[in-house]
Amino acid sequence: MANKLSLITKGFIKENPTFVLVLGMCPTLATTTSAINGLEMGLATLFVLVLSNIAISLISPIVPDKVHIPVYIVVIATFVTVLQLVMQAYTPSVYKTLGLFIPLIVVNCIILGRAEAFACKNNWIDSALDGLGIGLGFTASLTVIGIVREILGSGSVFGWKFIAGDGILAFVMAPGAFMVLGYLLVLFNKIKK
Amino acid sequence: MAAKSNLQNMALCLTLTCLLCSAILGMVYAVTKAPIDAAAEAAAKAAIAEVLPEGGDISEAKTADLDGTTYEYYEEMGGGQVVAYAVKSSTNGFGGNLSLMVGVLPDGTIYNTKVLSHSETPGLGAKCTSDKKFTSQWNGFAKDKKLAVAKDGGDVDAITASTITSRAYTLAVSQARDLIKMLDPDATTGASLFDK
Repeated sequence: MANKLSLITKGFIKENPTFVLVLGMCPTLATTTSAINGLEMGLATLFVLVLSNIAISLISPIVPDKVHIPVYIVVIATFVTVLQLVMQAYTPSVYKTLGLFIPLIVVNCIILGRAEAFACKNNWIDSALDGLGIGLGFTASLTVIGIVREILGSGSVFGWKFIAGDGILAFVMAPGAFMVLGYLLVLFNKIKK
Repeated sequence: MAAKSNLQNMALCLTLTCLLCSAILGMVYAVTKAPIDAAAEAAAKAAIAEVLPEGGDISEAKTADLDGTTYEYYEEMGGGQVVAYAVKSSTNGFGGNLSLMVGVLPDGTIYNTKVLSHSETPGLGAKCTSDKKFTSQWNGFAKDKKLAVAKDGGDVDAITASTITSRAYTLAVSQARDLIKMLDPDATTGASLFDK
């Protein structure tokens, strides 16, 4: 039981996808312009990660070794497209802000990384928990980066404005993403030690 | 671990995976098509309603050409005559296509505007949807005001640090107004005579 729980909690600190594994940097940098965007992107990735981990752990015993990467990619791309269609249909406002980045989930290394490193060697329950843990860790990291960038860049948190006027615009744009990510990496590794 | 590879099982496995995945996608597409269309239509209707005065009957989409571009527009009827137009107008912004719904009264006054889609920079040009100072000036933009940003000698207050987006936005509005001037020349002259 403790073992199962550790599958979920390891994503936050020990194997945090953003600050320890440093995977999936493209969506991390691109979507964390505000806290809510980071949170939504994290949840979208979580959804794909859990489903693809389950599917891949189920099919991996029968997939021939030499074609396993193309098969995994097709499976992951299918889930991403399903997510895209469902979001478009039922949450059009979220889709409007994140639409551009949803297809990028396919090439997010975290997903293929977990498929290769975990899902293809473990049963589907553990794989689902692993996906949940890593996904939650990713969501938490993106939200933290989003909060920091939103505070510095727009003077607000989750859209709630506490400073009138503009923030430091650089933090909303790409250079700010790199700076915030860099300093948070330092901070995280300092705390972890 | 994974099965040993040979040509047959590789080909079979890839074919089956693709078939299965296409089937799943086809099903999801079929299920979500209606809600997606409905959501897009609702968004378009809401945008039209937002840029027009309340109370009239809004017509079906019509099209008209101006300077080689085809525009889609809607007429709002009240008391047997057109009381306002909503024009879908697009230009190139800073990051790509900037598409607006512009409500224009027959005399050339801008009633209101709404962004349909944009790809402007978050935190800069993207403020064209949220910056109150910028968006509210379109609410009743008088017909004798000059449609150009202040930097270019006009009467439009640009978004701070986003002149290109503001210019594109202004251009889209002025395209809409030009189209209405072309469609409704009598009403324009009539209204301006009345104003004198």
